Amino acid sequence: AVSLPFAVGQCGNQVGCRFWDLALREHAAVNKKGIYDEALSSFFRNVDIRSGDDGPDIYKGKICSLKARALLIDMEEGVVNEILQGPLRDVFDSKQLITDVSGSGNNWAVGHKLYGCQYRENIVEKLRKTAEHCDCLQCFFIIHSMGGGTGSGLGTFVLNLLEDEFPEVYRFVTSVYPSGEDDVITSPYNSVLAMKELNEHADCVLPIENESLFDIVNKINQMINSGKLGSTVKKNSLITSSTGSAKTLQEKPFDAMNNIVANLLLNLTSSARFEGSLNMDLNEISMNLVPFPRLHYLVSSLTPLYTLADVNVPSRRLDQMFSDAFSRDHQLIQADPKHNLYLACALLVRGNVQVSDLRRNIERLKPSLHFVSWNQEGWKTGLCSVPPVGHSHSLLALANNTCVKPTFIELKDRFMKLYKKKAHLHHYLQIDGMEQSCFSEAVSSLSDLIEEYNELDATKDGPRTNPSRLKIAV
Amino acid sequence: MSIVTVQLGQCGNQVGHEVFSCLCRDLRGSHGLCSRREEQSYQDACKERFFWEEESGGPVARAVLVDMEPKVISQTLSMAARSGYWKYNEHSHFCQKQGSGNNWASGYSVHGPRHKEAIMNLLQKEAERCDRLGGFLTTMSMAGGTGSGLGAFVTRCLRDAFPTSFILNHLIWPYGTGEVIVQNYNSVLTLSHLYQSSDALLVHENDVIHKICAQLMNIKQISFRDVNQVIAHQLGSVFQPTHPAEEGSDYSRNPLGDLLEALVPHPEFKVLALRNIPQMPENSLAYSAFSWPGLLKHLRQMLIAHAKMEEGIDWQVRPPPQGSSIPSHSTNKPLHFNTSIANLVILRGKDVHTVDLGSFQDPSLYTSWLNPQDAFHAWKTPRAFNKYEKSACLVSNSQFLLKPLDSIVGKAWNMFASKAYIHQYMKFGIEEEDFLDSFTTLEQVISSYTTL
Repeated sequence: AVSLPFAVGQCGNQVGCRFWDLALREHAAVNKKGIYDEALSSFFRNVDIRSGDDGPDIYKGKICSLKARALLIDMEEGVVNEILQGPLRDVFDSKQLITDVSGSGNNWAVGHKLYGCQYRENIVEKLRKTAEHCDCLQCFFIIHSMGGGTGSGLGTFVLNLLEDEFPEVYRFVTSVYPSGEDDVITSPYNSVLAMKELNEHADCVLPIENESLFDIVNKINQMINSGKLGSTVKKNSLITSSTGSAKTLQEKPFDAMNNIVANLLLNLTSSARFEGSLNMDLNEISMNLVPFPRLHYLVSSLTPLYTLADVNVPSRRLDQMFSDAFSRDHQLIQADPKHNLYLACALLVRGNVQVSDLRRNIERLKPSLHFVSWNQEGWKTGLCSVPPVGHSHSLLALANNTCVKPTFIELKDRFMKLYKKKAHLHHYLQIDGMEQSCFSEAVSSLSDLIEEYNELDATKDGPRTNPSRLKIAV
Repeated sequence: MSIVTVQLGQCGNQVGHEVFSCLCRDLRGSHGLCSRREEQSYQDACKERFFWEEESGGPVARAVLVDMEPKVISQTLSMAARSGYWKYNEHSHFCQKQGSGNNWASGYSVHGPRHKEAIMNLLQKEAERCDRLGGFLTTMSMAGGTGSGLGAFVTRCLRDAFPTSFILNHLIWPYGTGEVIVQNYNSVLTLSHLYQSSDALLVHENDVIHKICAQLMNIKQISFRDVNQVIAHQLGSVFQPTHPAEEGSDYSRNPLGDLLEALVPHPEFKVLALRNIPQMPENSLAYSAFSWPGLLKHLRQMLIAHAKMEEGIDWQVRPPPQGSSIPSHSTNKPLHFNTSIANLVILRGKDVHTVDLGSFQDPSLYTSWLNPQDAFHAWKTPRAFNKYEKSACLVSNSQFLLKPLDSIVGKAWNMFASKAYIHQYMKFGIEEEDFLDSFTTLEQVISSYTTL
């Protein structure tokens, strides 16, 4: 089953670039014989380029030329051009790119209404072509940021489009939310306008905050530079590492941060690509983690951040991995799931971990977590045999938890600060199709969402009375 | 007579593979401590039941493999072929690409009808290959989407297409603390639907098997493979050949029919539990010696006291005194006593002919509907199973599974009251009404088993 990523905007494409790089590395590590297999086919086509770039797909046998199944969309050329000149240039062809030159000016309306309208047909056509090459399309991934214009506006336009054209295919969105100190003044407008689209058209959203990525990168740097573990950390096991070892983490901090998000996506899809004793497909993630349609925001955490060089892993260290997944500083947004309410939780483990390890840790951690009354045993688990490169095992935790609420509340507050003064509104309203109601509807949608989380939180410490069972006449 | 096995979903295929492996290992093992003639009959009977012979000589499992995604079937086929001793028929499998997403509705209402023809064709072919069809055995879990939903659909189709054949569902119940969040919904839907088309449900609970692995098999890091191997051993001890009547008779030709006749006198009561003793690591077998009286004493107490295995048995539990005036539906009855409708004990190994099974014929163990001689059956063979010098297996139609069933229904009901996840099922055509029907069916079953 195929997952099709769409990288939209600058952030989306930078993350996307890291993703393809790491995906190739992961498959190269596992696929020693160079045979094009089922696992590879979920992200790559195998093209016979002897007759040129437009050659036919080869479904079996040796790898000829791997082409990523993807669409790269940006309204500026800089980032996409860099990708096409870099080591990944052969992985993409021009039919997968949609670019313009002037950018969206950090304006959601420009991205969504203006470019959306302009490029609709082009996007649909390229989407259909790409989908034609897929044996079985299971899922779309949109990778974008919320605070700008292209990723946020055009990205959510694409989301709508996907729902119209392929209503049965799942839509997963990885969204990078702006921090309070974001240098784009209008990022709250862009984010809230985009949130409405995510509320209504996404199946699952994985929110990411740069602050969290930054903190994780710093934490790792400190570990390495402290000299305590420096020489014993396996270099390629860093969750922040790239394949090219020439660049240090300090030189390109965004690369390190983007690698984390790329690893998130790799781990999320690992069980769909590789074998294991308890498979966890993407449609299962959506099924188990979304109890009500609008509550589809999942907080993610990845552990371990690095692996020490010694191979023998006593189970104590394995258990530490599970504990870390629930700690505040491993979450990819500024949130504390442990002190809030779980609606559902998924654990996807990779590597040499068995069901007894999973169960032992669930039993151990359960008492310190709060689960909603109707889902006390709300755990979804998966075991994938193939670990990520450089690790013997790893864990991805996805939580549907009310700890996302503060992020949304802050976003709304920042929005209201601007909106009350009508600051910068004219930049948006001058775009065809934009009205004041777009803003009021968007913030209303966000308020409703926050209210749903409030209602759930209110049940947290309440009495637990189970509804009475059906009575059968004897 | 031959049994066609239908392996459904990841669990069904993984377990099914271990079952066939176990049967083969048993056949190839060092002699079963019996006469050569006995051994030959046993081998012939087993092969007829579960395998057919290819022209090139190797045994091929009488099985159809079904899954909605390709990885597990692919792995299962290649593992069997690698054994060098047996394999699956390369053409007897059906798979798709995208899975069922742990969604019962997707398995039952979408994949079922869509792929009915292709799957039933495979089953028809396999059935026609049998000289005499002894029935169908499906292996599946009820927690996911394919085994559970598509499994329920296929069972219904089998009933329609083969109205006079026996259908037994080997059903795996998931760990109580989640493998799948919607597992209780999927379980409720599966059980209620199977109840309508199946002849009986033979149940294994992951929690129980896990305990066996931890405490009896001494496995430190228990994998699903370990769990599945114990399940396979237990299933093998039911279905390997036995003599149903007194010695001198042939091996049973109709295992499914015999099982159902012995254990399911009434269609309202179809839930069968399995207990097997002894259970130990292979390398301890050589150092252990058991006596039949000892084994049977433990097995009987396991039955009476709801024990999961032969350790930690509550010896305080006693059957209610005979002829007491405690009416069957009163709450005065000792709740921890397991009342049986019918039991089947299967004995394999040395000196089976000396065994005294009187303790299992005690009327106080049973409801009053059947004569004690009809409520209890014993099958025997002197041929030892899977290197156990002596082994005893109990298949029981009793209150063993009442509490676990009640727990599953309770949790599902609790979730249903909040309407959580219902929209996921409605997307594929299962409405609230359908859930209510299923709950009603199961509350009825629970009530029936409670008032035994």
